[in-house]
Amino acid sequence: MADVGGAATRARKVKWTVLDVVVVVYALLPVLWIASLSFKTEATLGDGHLIPREWTLENYATIFSTDEFTRALVNSIGIALIATAIAVVLGAMAAYAIARLEFPGKRLLVGASLLIAMFPQVSLVSPLFEIERVLGLFDTWPGLILPYTTFSLPLAIYTMSAFFREIPWELEKAATMDGATPGQAFTKVIAPLAAPGVFTTAILVFIFCWNDFLFAISLTSTEASRTVPVALQFFTGDSQFEDPTGSISAAAVVITVPIVVFVLLFQRRIVSGLTSGAVKG
Amino acid sequence: MAAATEGERAQRRLGWLLCAPAALVMLAVTGWPILYAVWLSFQRFDLKYPDQREFVGLDNYLTVLGNGYWWTAFGVTVLITVVSVAIELVLGMALALVMHRALVGRGLVRTVTLIPYGIVTVVAAFSWRYAWTPDTGYLAELITPGGAPLTGTGSSLAIIIVAEIWKTTPFMALLLMAGLALVPEDLLKAAAMDGAGPWQRFVKVMLPVMKPAILVALLFRTLDAFRVFDHIVVLTSGAQDTSSVSVLAYNNLIKGLNLGIGSTMSVLIFLAVALIAWIFVKLFGTAAPGGDDGGRR
Repeated sequence: MADVGGAATRARKVKWTVLDVVVVVYALLPVLWIASLSFKTEATLGDGHLIPREWTLENYATIFSTDEFTRALVNSIGIALIATAIAVVLGAMAAYAIARLEFPGKRLLVGASLLIAMFPQVSLVSPLFEIERVLGLFDTWPGLILPYTTFSLPLAIYTMSAFFREIPWELEKAATMDGATPGQAFTKVIAPLAAPGVFTTAILVFIFCWNDFLFAISLTSTEASRTVPVALQFFTGDSQFEDPTGSISAAAVVITVPIVVFVLLFQRRIVSGLTSGAVKG
Repeated sequence: MAAATEGERAQRRLGWLLCAPAALVMLAVTGWPILYAVWLSFQRFDLKYPDQREFVGLDNYLTVLGNGYWWTAFGVTVLITVVSVAIELVLGMALALVMHRALVGRGLVRTVTLIPYGIVTVVAAFSWRYAWTPDTGYLAELITPGGAPLTGTGSSLAIIIVAEIWKTTPFMALLLMAGLALVPEDLLKAAAMDGAGPWQRFVKVMLPVMKPAILVALLFRTLDAFRVFDHIVVLTSGAQDTSSVSVLAYNNLIKGLNLGIGSTMSVLIFLAVALIAWIFVKLFGTAAPGGDDGGRR
Protein backbone atom coordinates (compact mmCIF):
# COMPACT_ATOMS: atom_id res chain seq x y z
CA MET A 1 0.00 0.00 0.00
CA ALA A 2 1.44 3.31 -1.02
CA ASP A 3 1.29 5.87 1.71
CA VAL A 4 1.33 9.62 1.14
CA GLY A 5 4.86 10.58 0.24
CA GLY A 6 6.09 7.42 -1.42
CA ALA A 7 7.52 4.03 -0.64
CA ALA A 8 7.38 2.31 2.68
CA THR A 9 10.71 2.37 4.39
CA ARG A 10 11.89 0.05 7.09
CA ALA A 11 11.50 2.79 9.70
CA ARG A 12 7.89 3.21 8.75
CA LYS A 13 7.22 -0.48 9.07
CA VAL A 14 8.74 -0.45 12.52
CA LYS A 15 6.61 2.53 13.48
CA TRP A 16 3.42 0.82 12.34
CA THR A 17 4.38 -2.42 14.05
CA VAL A 18 4.83 -0.56 17.32
CA LEU A 19 1.44 1.09 16.87
CA ASP A 20 -0.12 -2.29 16.10
CA VAL A 21 1.29 -3.72 19.31
CA VAL A 22 -0.07 -0.78 21.30
CA VAL A 23 -3.53 -1.32 19.84
CA VAL A 24 -3.45 -5.07 20.43
CA VAL A 25 -2.38 -4.65 24.06
CA TYR A 26 -5.04 -1.98 24.55
CA ALA A 27 -7.79 -4.15 23.14
CA LEU A 28 -6.84 -7.45 24.71
CA LEU A 29 -5.44 -6.73 28.16
CA PRO A 30 -8.73 -6.60 30.09
CA VAL A 31 -9.94 -9.68 28.24
CA LEU A 32 -6.76 -11.61 28.94
CA TRP A 33 -6.87 -10.58 32.56
CA ILE A 34 -10.33 -11.99 33.19
CA ALA A 35 -9.47 -15.13 31.19
CA SER A 36 -6.37 -15.54 33.35
CA LEU A 37 -8.43 -15.20 36.54
CA SER A 38 -10.79 -17.88 35.28
CA PHE A 39 -7.94 -20.41 34.97
CA LYS A 40 -6.39 -19.68 38.36
CA THR A 41 -6.85 -21.86 41.40
CA GLU A 42 -8.49 -20.31 44.40
CA ALA A 43 -5.18 -20.07 46.20
CA THR A 44 -3.47 -18.14 43.40
CA LEU A 45 -6.37 -15.82 42.48
CA GLY A 46 -4.80 -12.96 44.35
CA ASP A 47 -1.20 -13.42 43.21
CA GLY A 48 -1.36 -10.69 40.59
CA HIS A 49 0.35 -12.67 37.83
CA LEU A 50 -1.07 -12.30 34.34
CA ILE A 51 -0.07 -15.86 33.46
CA PRO A 52 -1.50 -18.27 36.06
CA ARG A 53 1.08 -20.18 38.09
CA GLU A 54 -1.32 -23.04 38.64
CA TRP A 55 -3.79 -23.80 35.88
CA THR A 56 -7.19 -25.28 36.63
CA LEU A 57 -10.50 -25.87 34.91
CA GLU A 58 -12.29 -26.12 38.22
CA ASN A 59 -14.03 -22.76 37.84
CA TYR A 60 -15.59 -23.93 34.60
CA ALA A 61 -16.62 -27.23 36.16
CA THR A 62 -18.22 -25.29 39.02
CA ILE A 63 -20.36 -23.01 36.89
CA PHE A 64 -21.57 -25.80 34.62
CA SER A 65 -22.46 -27.99 37.59
CA THR A 66 -25.21 -25.67 38.80
CA ASP A 67 -28.49 -24.60 37.28
CA GLU A 68 -27.81 -20.98 38.02
CA PHE A 69 -25.38 -20.51 35.14
CA THR A 70 -26.56 -23.10 32.62
CA ARG A 71 -30.14 -21.86 32.88
CA ALA A 72 -28.99 -18.27 32.36
CA LEU A 73 -26.91 -19.36 29.38
CA VAL A 74 -29.91 -21.07 27.79
CA ASN A 75 -31.98 -17.92 28.41
CA SER A 76 -29.29 -15.68 26.91
CA ILE A 77 -28.93 -17.80 23.80
CA GLY A 78 -32.65 -18.37 23.28
CA ILE A 79 -33.72 -14.80 23.88
CA ALA A 80 -30.94 -13.29 21.76
CA LEU A 81 -31.56 -15.69 18.86
CA ILE A 82 -35.32 -15.18 18.79
CA ALA A 83 -35.04 -11.40 19.13
CA THR A 84 -32.42 -11.36 16.37
CA ALA A 85 -34.61 -13.43 14.07
CA ILE A 86 -37.64 -11.20 14.56
CA ALA A 87 -35.67 -7.96 14.27
CA VAL A 88 -33.93 -9.12 11.10
CA VAL A 89 -37.15 -10.24 9.40
CA LEU A 90 -39.12 -7.10 10.29
CA GLY A 91 -36.09 -4.90 9.65
CA ALA A 92 -35.43 -6.49 6.25
CA MET A 93 -38.99 -5.85 5.14
CA ALA A 94 -38.85 -2.22 6.19
CA ALA A 95 -35.33 -1.73 4.81
CA TYR A 96 -36.40 -3.13 1.47
CA ALA A 97 -39.28 -0.71 1.32
CA ILE A 98 -37.03 2.20 2.31
CA ALA A 99 -34.32 1.34 -0.19
CA ARG A 100 -36.54 0.46 -3.12
CA LEU A 101 -39.99 1.96 -2.92
CA GLU A 102 -41.48 5.43 -2.91
CA PHE A 103 -44.33 5.87 -0.47
CA PRO A 104 -45.61 8.60 1.83
CA GLY A 105 -44.50 8.19 5.42
CA LYS A 106 -41.05 6.87 4.50
CA ARG A 107 -39.22 9.83 6.02
CA LEU A 108 -41.34 9.57 9.12
CA LEU A 109 -40.30 5.95 9.63
CA VAL A 110 -36.62 6.74 9.11
CA GLY A 111 -36.88 9.66 11.53
CA ALA A 112 -38.75 7.61 14.10
CA SER A 113 -36.22 4.80 14.06
CA LEU A 114 -33.43 7.35 14.44
CA LEU A 115 -35.23 8.68 17.51
CA ILE A 116 -35.45 5.19 18.94
CA ALA A 117 -31.76 4.62 18.33
CA MET A 118 -31.08 7.64 20.53
CA PHE A 119 -33.78 6.80 23.06
CA PRO A 120 -32.63 6.58 26.70
CA GLN A 121 -33.59 3.01 27.43
CA VAL A 122 -33.90 3.65 31.15
CA SER A 123 -36.91 5.84 30.35
CA LEU A 124 -38.74 2.73 29.25
CA VAL A 125 -37.81 0.62 32.22
CA SER A 126 -40.46 1.97 34.58
CA PRO A 127 -43.44 1.90 32.21
CA LEU A 128 -42.40 -1.46 30.73
CA PHE A 129 -42.00 -2.90 34.23
CA GLU A 130 -45.58 -1.93 35.07
CA ILE A 131 -47.05 -2.85 31.66
CA GLU A 132 -45.35 -6.24 31.64
CA ARG A 133 -46.48 -6.95 35.19
CA VAL A 134 -50.08 -6.28 34.19
CA LEU A 135 -49.83 -8.28 30.96
CA GLY A 136 -48.04 -11.18 32.64
CA LEU A 137 -44.92 -10.69 30.52
CA PHE A 138 -42.68 -9.75 33.42
CA ASP A 139 -39.90 -12.31 33.95
CA THR A 140 -40.67 -14.21 30.73
CA TRP A 141 -38.75 -14.63 27.48
CA PRO A 142 -41.19 -12.49 25.46
CA GLY A 143 -40.81 -9.79 28.11
CA LEU A 144 -37.19 -9.36 27.04
CA ILE A 145 -37.57 -10.27 23.38
CA LEU A 146 -39.97 -7.34 22.85
CA PRO A 147 -37.63 -4.54 23.99
CA TYR A 148 -34.61 -6.21 22.36
CA THR A 149 -36.41 -6.43 19.03
CA THR A 150 -37.56 -2.84 19.30
CA PHE A 151 -34.17 -1.39 20.12
CA SER A 152 -32.39 -3.40 17.46
CA LEU A 153 -34.87 -2.48 14.74
CA PRO A 154 -33.29 0.93 14.01
CA LEU A 155 -29.87 -0.70 13.70
CA ALA A 156 -31.34 -3.44 11.50
CA ILE A 157 -33.25 -1.01 9.29
CA TYR A 158 -30.29 1.34 8.84
CA THR A 159 -27.71 -1.33 8.15
CA MET A 160 -29.86 -3.32 5.78
CA SER A 161 -31.21 -0.38 3.83
CA ALA A 162 -27.60 0.71 3.27
CA PHE A 163 -26.76 -2.76 1.96
CA PHE A 164 -29.93 -2.98 -0.10
CA ARG A 165 -29.16 0.29 -1.89
CA GLU A 166 -26.06 -1.38 -3.36
CA ILE A 167 -28.06 -4.19 -4.95
CA PRO A 168 -28.55 -3.73 -8.73
CA TRP A 169 -32.03 -2.39 -9.43
CA GLU A 170 -32.20 -3.72 -12.95
CA LEU A 171 -32.50 -7.33 -11.88
CA GLU A 172 -35.66 -6.59 -9.98
CA LYS A 173 -37.06 -4.62 -12.90
CA ALA A 174 -36.22 -7.44 -15.26
CA ALA A 175 -38.04 -9.86 -13.00
CA THR A 176 -41.13 -7.67 -12.82
CA MET A 177 -41.08 -7.31 -16.60
CA ASP A 178 -40.97 -11.05 -16.91
CA GLY A 179 -44.23 -11.08 -15.03
CA ALA A 180 -43.15 -11.34 -11.40
CA THR A 181 -45.11 -9.34 -8.85
CA PRO A 182 -43.14 -6.93 -6.62
CA GLY A 183 -43.48 -9.54 -3.87
CA GLN A 184 -41.98 -12.27 -6.06
CA ALA A 185 -39.23 -9.95 -7.20
CA PHE A 186 -38.37 -9.57 -3.53
CA THR A 187 -38.27 -13.21 -2.54
CA LYS A 188 -36.81 -14.66 -5.74
CA VAL A 189 -34.34 -12.07 -6.92
CA ILE A 190 -33.42 -9.58 -4.26
CA ALA A 191 -33.43 -11.79 -1.18
CA PRO A 192 -30.54 -14.03 -2.32
CA LEU A 193 -28.50 -10.95 -3.28
CA ALA A 194 -29.32 -9.38 0.05
CA ALA A 195 -28.28 -12.38 2.12
CA PRO A 196 -24.78 -11.11 3.03
CA GLY A 197 -26.17 -7.81 4.29
CA VAL A 198 -28.86 -9.61 6.23
CA PHE A 199 -26.31 -11.93 7.77
CA THR A 200 -24.07 -9.03 8.83
CA THR A 201 -27.05 -7.30 10.38
CA ALA A 202 -27.95 -10.47 12.26
CA ILE A 203 -24.47 -10.54 13.83
CA LEU A 204 -24.70 -6.91 14.93
CA VAL A 205 -28.18 -7.37 16.36
CA PHE A 206 -27.17 -10.54 18.16
CA ILE A 207 -24.22 -8.76 19.76
CA PHE A 208 -26.58 -6.00 20.89
CA CYS A 209 -29.07 -8.42 22.48
CA TRP A 210 -26.31 -10.55 23.99
CA ASN A 211 -24.85 -7.45 25.63
CA ASP A 212 -27.95 -6.02 27.25
CA PHE A 213 -27.93 -5.59 31.01
CA LEU A 214 -30.45 -2.85 31.84
CA PHE A 215 -33.60 -4.53 30.54
CA ALA A 216 -32.44 -7.93 31.68
CA ILE A 217 -31.92 -6.82 35.27
CA SER A 218 -35.11 -4.74 35.40
CA LEU A 219 -37.59 -7.02 33.69
CA THR A 220 -36.60 -10.37 35.19
CA SER A 221 -36.68 -11.66 38.73
CA THR A 222 -35.97 -15.39 38.62
CA GLU A 223 -33.97 -17.98 36.71
CA ALA A 224 -36.93 -18.32 34.33
CA SER A 225 -35.61 -15.55 32.13
CA ARG A 226 -32.48 -14.13 33.78
CA THR A 227 -29.67 -13.81 31.23
CA VAL A 228 -25.96 -14.33 31.88
CA PRO A 229 -24.92 -10.67 32.38
CA VAL A 230 -27.49 -10.44 35.18
CA ALA A 231 -26.69 -13.87 36.61
CA LEU A 232 -23.04 -12.76 36.93
CA GLN A 233 -24.19 -9.94 39.15
CA PHE A 234 -26.06 -12.42 41.36
CA PHE A 235 -23.08 -14.78 41.68
CA THR A 236 -21.62 -12.02 43.82
CA GLY A 237 -24.49 -11.88 46.26
CA ASP A 238 -24.80 -15.27 47.88
CA SER A 239 -21.30 -16.37 48.60
CA GLN A 240 -19.90 -15.27 51.90
CA PHE A 241 -17.97 -18.49 52.22
CA GLU A 242 -16.58 -18.92 48.76
CA ASP A 243 -15.00 -16.20 46.71
CA PRO A 244 -17.03 -15.99 43.49
CA THR A 245 -14.24 -14.32 41.51
CA GLY A 246 -13.22 -17.56 39.77
CA SER A 247 -16.79 -18.48 38.87
CA ILE A 248 -17.64 -15.02 37.61
CA SER A 249 -14.49 -14.93 35.50
CA ALA A 250 -15.19 -18.34 34.00
CA ALA A 251 -18.79 -17.41 33.19
CA ALA A 252 -17.58 -14.12 31.73
CA VAL A 253 -15.16 -15.99 29.47
CA VAL A 254 -17.89 -18.38 28.32
CA ILE A 255 -20.12 -15.55 27.11
CA THR A 256 -17.16 -13.78 25.52
CA VAL A 257 -16.27 -16.77 23.34
CA PRO A 258 -19.10 -16.32 20.80
CA ILE A 259 -18.18 -12.65 20.40
CA VAL A 260 -14.52 -13.50 19.77
CA VAL A 261 -15.55 -16.16 17.24
CA PHE A 262 -17.81 -13.72 15.39
CA VAL A 263 -15.09 -11.10 15.35
CA LEU A 264 -12.43 -13.50 14.07
CA LEU A 265 -14.63 -14.97 11.36
CA PHE A 266 -16.52 -11.90 10.21
CA GLN A 267 -14.26 -8.92 10.94
CA ARG A 268 -14.73 -7.46 7.46
CA ARG A 269 -18.51 -7.80 7.51
CA ILE A 270 -18.87 -6.32 10.97
CA VAL A 271 -16.73 -3.32 10.07
CA SER A 272 -18.63 -2.70 6.86
CA GLY A 273 -21.95 -3.20 8.61
CA LEU A 274 -21.13 -0.73 11.37
CA THR A 275 -19.80 1.90 9.03
CA SER A 276 -22.31 1.62 6.17
CA GLY A 277 -25.28 2.72 8.23
CA ALA A 278 -23.44 5.64 9.77
CA VAL A 279 -22.15 7.54 6.78
CA LYS A 280 -24.61 8.13 4.02
CA GLY A 281 -23.53 10.54 1.32
CA MET B 1 -49.28 13.36 -6.57
CA ALA B 2 -52.28 13.65 -8.89
CA ALA B 3 -53.81 10.51 -10.30
CA ALA B 4 -51.54 7.77 -9.10
CA THR B 5 -51.06 5.00 -11.60
CA GLU B 6 -51.84 1.42 -10.76
CA GLY B 7 -48.13 0.71 -10.33
CA GLU B 8 -47.60 3.65 -7.99
CA ARG B 9 -50.54 2.62 -5.89
CA ALA B 10 -49.30 -0.95 -5.68
CA GLN B 11 -45.86 0.33 -4.70
CA ARG B 12 -47.33 2.51 -1.98
CA ARG B 13 -49.40 -0.33 -0.61
CA LEU B 14 -46.43 -2.69 -0.61
CA GLY B 15 -44.28 -0.05 1.09
CA TRP B 16 -46.78 0.41 3.89
CA LEU B 17 -47.33 -3.30 4.21
CA LEU B 18 -43.61 -4.00 4.54
CA CYS B 19 -43.00 -1.22 7.05
CA ALA B 20 -46.11 -1.77 9.13
CA PRO B 21 -44.82 -4.59 11.38
CA ALA B 22 -41.58 -2.78 12.27
CA ALA B 23 -43.42 0.50 12.79
CA LEU B 24 -46.07 -1.11 14.97
CA VAL B 25 -43.53 -2.90 17.17
CA MET B 26 -41.49 0.28 17.66
CA LEU B 27 -44.62 2.29 18.42
CA ALA B 28 -46.00 -0.31 20.83
CA VAL B 29 -42.76 -0.75 22.78
CA THR B 30 -41.55 2.87 22.88
CA GLY B 31 -44.39 5.27 22.01
CA TRP B 32 -47.02 3.85 24.28
CA PRO B 33 -44.73 3.24 27.29
CA ILE B 34 -43.24 6.72 27.20
CA LEU B 35 -46.74 8.22 27.32
CA TYR B 36 -47.56 5.79 30.09
CA ALA B 37 -44.42 6.92 31.93
CA VAL B 38 -45.63 10.51 31.75
CA TRP B 39 -48.99 9.41 33.17
CA LEU B 40 -47.29 7.43 35.97
CA SER B 41 -45.06 10.39 36.79
CA PHE B 42 -48.12 12.42 37.78
CA GLN B 43 -49.14 9.86 40.37
CA ARG B 44 -48.09 8.84 43.83
CA PHE B 45 -47.55 5.18 43.11
CA ASP B 46 -45.40 3.06 45.38
CA LEU B 47 -45.77 -0.69 44.89
CA LYS B 48 -45.08 -1.15 48.59
CA TYR B 49 -48.23 0.85 49.37
CA PRO B 50 -50.42 0.27 46.29
CA ASP B 51 -53.62 1.50 47.99
CA GLN B 52 -52.15 4.99 48.40
CA ARG B 53 -52.05 5.46 44.63
CA GLU B 54 -53.38 8.87 43.63
CA PHE B 55 -52.98 11.70 41.15
CA VAL B 56 -50.55 14.29 42.52
CA GLY B 57 -49.86 16.51 39.52
CA LEU B 58 -46.31 17.81 39.45
CA ASP B 59 -45.45 16.81 43.03
CA ASN B 60 -43.08 14.04 41.94
CA TYR B 61 -41.18 16.48 39.75
CA LEU B 62 -40.82 18.89 42.67
CA THR B 63 -39.61 16.02 44.86
CA VAL B 64 -37.02 14.82 42.34
CA LEU B 65 -35.80 18.26 41.26
CA GLY B 66 -35.52 19.38 44.87
CA ASN B 67 -33.46 16.36 45.80
CA GLY B 68 -29.69 16.47 46.23
CA TYR B 69 -29.21 12.89 45.07
CA TRP B 70 -30.80 13.65 41.72
CA TRP B 71 -28.52 16.60 41.08
CA THR B 72 -25.43 14.68 42.22
CA ALA B 73 -26.35 11.88 39.83
CA PHE B 74 -27.03 14.40 37.10
CA GLY B 75 -23.63 16.01 37.64
CA VAL B 76 -21.92 12.62 37.65
CA THR B 77 -23.67 11.68 34.40
CA VAL B 78 -22.68 14.92 32.70
CA LEU B 79 -19.10 14.60 33.94
CA ILE B 80 -18.76 11.02 32.71
CA THR B 81 -20.35 11.94 29.38
CA VAL B 82 -18.23 15.00 28.68
CA VAL B 83 -14.89 13.58 29.80
CA SER B 84 -15.26 10.17 28.19
CA VAL B 85 -16.61 11.45 24.88
CA ALA B 86 -13.86 14.09 24.64
CA ILE B 87 -11.10 11.56 25.26
CA GLU B 88 -12.76 9.02 22.99
CA LEU B 89 -12.83 11.50 20.14
CA VAL B 90 -9.07 12.02 20.32
CA LEU B 91 -8.23 8.37 20.94
CA GLY B 92 -10.78 7.21 18.41
CA MET B 93 -9.29 9.47 15.77
CA ALA B 94 -5.84 8.05 16.46
CA LEU B 95 -7.19 4.53 16.31
CA ALA B 96 -9.09 5.27 13.11
CA LEU B 97 -5.88 6.54 11.51
CA VAL B 98 -4.05 3.38 12.54
CA MET B 99 -6.85 1.16 11.24
CA HIS B 100 -7.08 3.11 8.00
CA ARG B 101 -3.42 3.60 7.20
CA ALA B 102 -1.40 0.88 8.94
CA LEU B 103 1.19 -0.52 6.55
CA VAL B 104 1.50 -3.74 8.52
CA GLY B 105 -1.15 -5.78 10.25
CA ARG B 106 -4.17 -3.75 9.23
CA GLY B 107 -6.48 -6.78 9.38
CA LEU B 108 -5.12 -7.71 12.79
CA VAL B 109 -5.68 -4.22 14.16
CA ARG B 110 -9.23 -4.08 12.83
CA THR B 111 -10.00 -7.49 14.28
CA VAL B 112 -8.72 -6.88 17.80
CA THR B 113 -10.37 -3.48 17.85
CA LEU B 114 -13.75 -5.14 17.47
CA ILE B 115 -13.26 -7.10 20.68
CA PRO B 116 -13.89 -4.22 23.08
CA TYR B 117 -16.83 -3.21 20.91
CA GLY B 118 -18.35 -6.69 20.91
CA ILE B 119 -17.59 -7.84 24.43
CA VAL B 120 -20.44 -7.81 26.93
CA THR B 121 -20.17 -4.60 28.94
CA VAL B 122 -20.75 -6.42 32.22
CA VAL B 123 -17.85 -8.77 31.45
CA ALA B 124 -15.54 -5.87 30.74
CA ALA B 125 -16.75 -4.14 33.87
CA PHE B 126 -15.93 -7.19 35.99
CA SER B 127 -12.47 -7.32 34.47
CA TRP B 128 -11.91 -3.69 35.43
CA ARG B 129 -13.36 -4.29 38.88
CA TYR B 130 -10.94 -7.12 39.57
CA ALA B 131 -8.09 -5.19 38.02
CA TRP B 132 -8.65 -2.34 40.47
CA THR B 133 -9.36 -4.48 43.53
CA PRO B 134 -6.17 -4.73 45.59
CA ASP B 135 -6.31 -8.50 46.02
CA THR B 136 -7.04 -9.75 42.52
CA GLY B 137 -5.84 -6.79 40.52
CA TYR B 138 -2.84 -5.82 38.50
CA LEU B 139 -3.66 -2.14 38.19
CA ALA B 140 -4.47 -1.48 41.84
CA GLU B 141 -0.99 -2.55 42.97
CA LEU B 142 0.73 -0.88 40.07
CA ILE B 143 -0.93 2.53 40.16
CA THR B 144 -2.26 2.96 43.68
CA PRO B 145 -0.17 0.71 45.93
CA GLY B 146 -1.87 0.03 49.24
CA GLY B 147 -5.04 1.88 48.23
CA ALA B 148 -8.45 0.60 47.24
CA PRO B 149 -9.35 2.87 44.31
CA LEU B 150 -12.94 1.62 43.99
CA THR B 151 -13.82 2.94 47.45
CA GLY B 152 -13.26 6.65 46.77
CA THR B 153 -15.54 8.89 44.75
CA GLY B 154 -12.91 10.52 42.55
CA SER B 155 -10.95 7.40 41.80
CA SER B 156 -14.13 5.38 41.21
CA LEU B 157 -15.37 7.93 38.71
CA ALA B 158 -12.01 7.89 36.98
CA ILE B 159 -12.17 4.10 36.70
CA ILE B 160 -15.73 4.22 35.36
CA ILE B 161 -14.58 6.72 32.74
CA VAL B 162 -11.59 4.56 31.80
CA ALA B 163 -13.89 1.55 31.41
CA GLU B 164 -16.29 3.55 29.23
CA ILE B 165 -13.43 4.81 27.07
CA TRP B 166 -11.95 1.35 26.64
CA LYS B 167 -15.26 -0.15 25.60
CA THR B 168 -16.51 2.48 23.19
CA THR B 169 -13.44 4.07 21.60
CA PRO B 170 -13.44 1.31 18.94
CA PHE B 171 -17.01 2.17 17.96
CA MET B 172 -16.06 5.83 17.69
CA ALA B 173 -12.98 4.84 15.66
CA LEU B 174 -15.04 2.76 13.24
CA LEU B 175 -17.43 5.62 12.57
CA LEU B 176 -14.48 7.97 12.09
CA MET B 177 -12.76 5.48 9.82
CA ALA B 178 -15.82 5.54 7.58
CA GLY B 179 -15.27 9.29 7.36
CA LEU B 180 -11.56 8.85 6.67
CA ALA B 181 -12.37 6.61 3.74
CA LEU B 182 -14.14 9.57 2.12
CA VAL B 183 -10.99 11.72 2.12
CA PRO B 184 -9.69 11.71 -1.45
CA GLU B 185 -6.17 10.34 -1.65
CA ASP B 186 -5.33 12.77 -4.49
CA LEU B 187 -6.16 15.73 -2.32
CA LEU B 188 -3.75 14.53 0.36
CA LYS B 189 -1.03 13.98 -2.22
CA ALA B 190 -1.58 17.42 -3.71
CA ALA B 191 -1.40 18.97 -0.25
CA ALA B 192 1.82 17.10 0.48
CA MET B 193 3.30 18.32 -2.81
CA ASP B 194 2.41 21.86 -1.89
CA GLY B 195 4.48 21.40 1.23
CA ALA B 196 1.79 20.76 3.82
CA GLY B 197 3.08 18.77 6.78
CA PRO B 198 1.21 15.84 8.31
CA TRP B 199 -0.52 18.03 10.90
CA GLN B 200 -1.60 20.58 8.30
CA ARG B 201 -2.89 17.82 6.04
CA PHE B 202 -4.87 16.46 8.96
CA VAL B 203 -6.38 19.79 10.00
CA LYS B 204 -6.85 21.43 6.61
CA VAL B 205 -7.74 18.45 4.41
CA MET B 206 -8.98 15.53 6.48
CA LEU B 207 -11.01 17.22 9.21
CA PRO B 208 -13.26 19.28 6.89
CA VAL B 209 -14.12 16.21 4.80
CA MET B 210 -14.72 14.15 7.93
CA LYS B 211 -16.96 16.69 9.64
CA PRO B 212 -20.25 14.83 9.04
CA ALA B 213 -18.76 11.55 10.26
CA ILE B 214 -17.35 13.27 13.35
CA LEU B 215 -20.74 14.77 14.16
CA VAL B 216 -22.53 11.46 13.78
CA ALA B 217 -19.97 9.77 16.01
CA LEU B 218 -20.16 12.53 18.63
CA LEU B 219 -23.95 12.57 18.71
CA PHE B 220 -24.32 8.84 19.01
CA ARG B 221 -21.63 8.52 21.64
CA THR B 222 -22.88 11.48 23.69
CA LEU B 223 -26.39 10.09 23.88
CA ASP B 224 -25.01 6.64 24.57
CA ALA B 225 -22.68 7.86 27.32
CA PHE B 226 -25.51 9.76 28.94
CA ARG B 227 -27.28 6.46 29.58
CA VAL B 228 -24.26 4.96 31.36
CA PHE B 229 -25.50 2.15 33.60
CA ASP B 230 -23.75 -1.24 33.28
CA HIS B 231 -20.26 -0.10 34.24
CA ILE B 232 -21.46 1.78 37.32
CA VAL B 233 -23.64 -1.04 38.62
CA VAL B 234 -20.83 -3.57 38.37
CA LEU B 235 -17.95 -1.33 39.46
CA THR B 236 -19.48 0.56 42.40
CA SER B 237 -23.23 -0.19 42.52
CA GLY B 238 -23.54 3.57 42.63
CA ALA B 239 -21.92 3.84 46.05
CA GLN B 240 -19.95 6.94 47.14
CA ASP B 241 -21.97 9.28 44.97
CA THR B 242 -21.10 7.55 41.72
CA SER B 243 -24.70 6.91 40.60
CA SER B 244 -25.66 8.14 37.15
CA VAL B 245 -29.24 9.22 36.49
CA SER B 246 -29.95 5.81 34.97
CA VAL B 247 -28.66 4.02 38.05
CA LEU B 248 -30.69 6.30 40.31
CA ALA B 249 -33.87 5.72 38.30
CA TYR B 250 -33.25 1.97 38.36
CA ASN B 251 -32.70 1.99 42.12
CA ASN B 252 -35.90 3.90 42.78
CA LEU B 253 -37.88 1.70 40.50
CA ILE B 254 -36.66 -1.86 40.92
CA LYS B 255 -35.13 -1.69 44.37
CA GLY B 256 -37.44 0.97 45.84
CA LEU B 257 -40.49 -0.15 43.83
CA ASN B 258 -41.54 3.49 43.61
CA LEU B 259 -43.11 3.70 40.17
CA GLY B 260 -44.15 7.33 40.51
CA ILE B 261 -40.68 8.66 41.34
CA GLY B 262 -38.99 6.16 38.99
CA SER B 263 -41.20 7.28 36.11
CA THR B 264 -40.57 10.94 36.90
CA MET B 265 -36.84 10.31 36.58
CA SER B 266 -37.48 8.38 33.36
CA VAL B 267 -39.30 11.35 31.88
CA LEU B 268 -36.61 13.80 33.02
CA ILE B 269 -33.88 11.63 31.46
CA PHE B 270 -35.89 11.45 28.27
CA LEU B 271 -36.18 15.25 28.22
CA ALA B 272 -32.45 15.65 28.88
CA VAL B 273 -31.60 13.36 25.97
CA ALA B 274 -34.05 15.15 23.71
CA LEU B 275 -32.40 18.43 24.72
CA ILE B 276 -28.91 17.10 23.89
CA ALA B 277 -30.12 15.90 20.49
CA TRP B 278 -31.80 19.27 19.89
CA ILE B 279 -28.61 21.16 20.79
CA PHE B 280 -26.61 19.03 18.36
CA VAL B 281 -29.11 19.69 15.58
CA LYS B 282 -29.18 23.44 16.34
CA LEU B 283 -25.41 23.73 16.53
CA PHE B 284 -24.63 21.71 13.48
CA GLY B 285 -27.77 22.18 11.43
CA THR B 286 -28.47 19.71 8.73
CA ALA B 287 -25.04 18.15 9.10
CA ALA B 288 -26.42 16.29 12.09
CA PRO B 289 -28.00 12.94 11.27
CA GLY B 290 -31.69 13.05 10.60
CA GLY B 291 -31.74 16.80 10.18
CA ASP B 292 -34.68 18.39 11.97
CA ASP B 293 -36.16 15.00 12.86
CA GLY B 294 -33.57 14.50 15.57
CA GLY B 295 -34.80 17.22 17.87
CA ARG B 296 -38.54 16.84 17.77
CA ARG B 297 -40.73 15.79 20.74
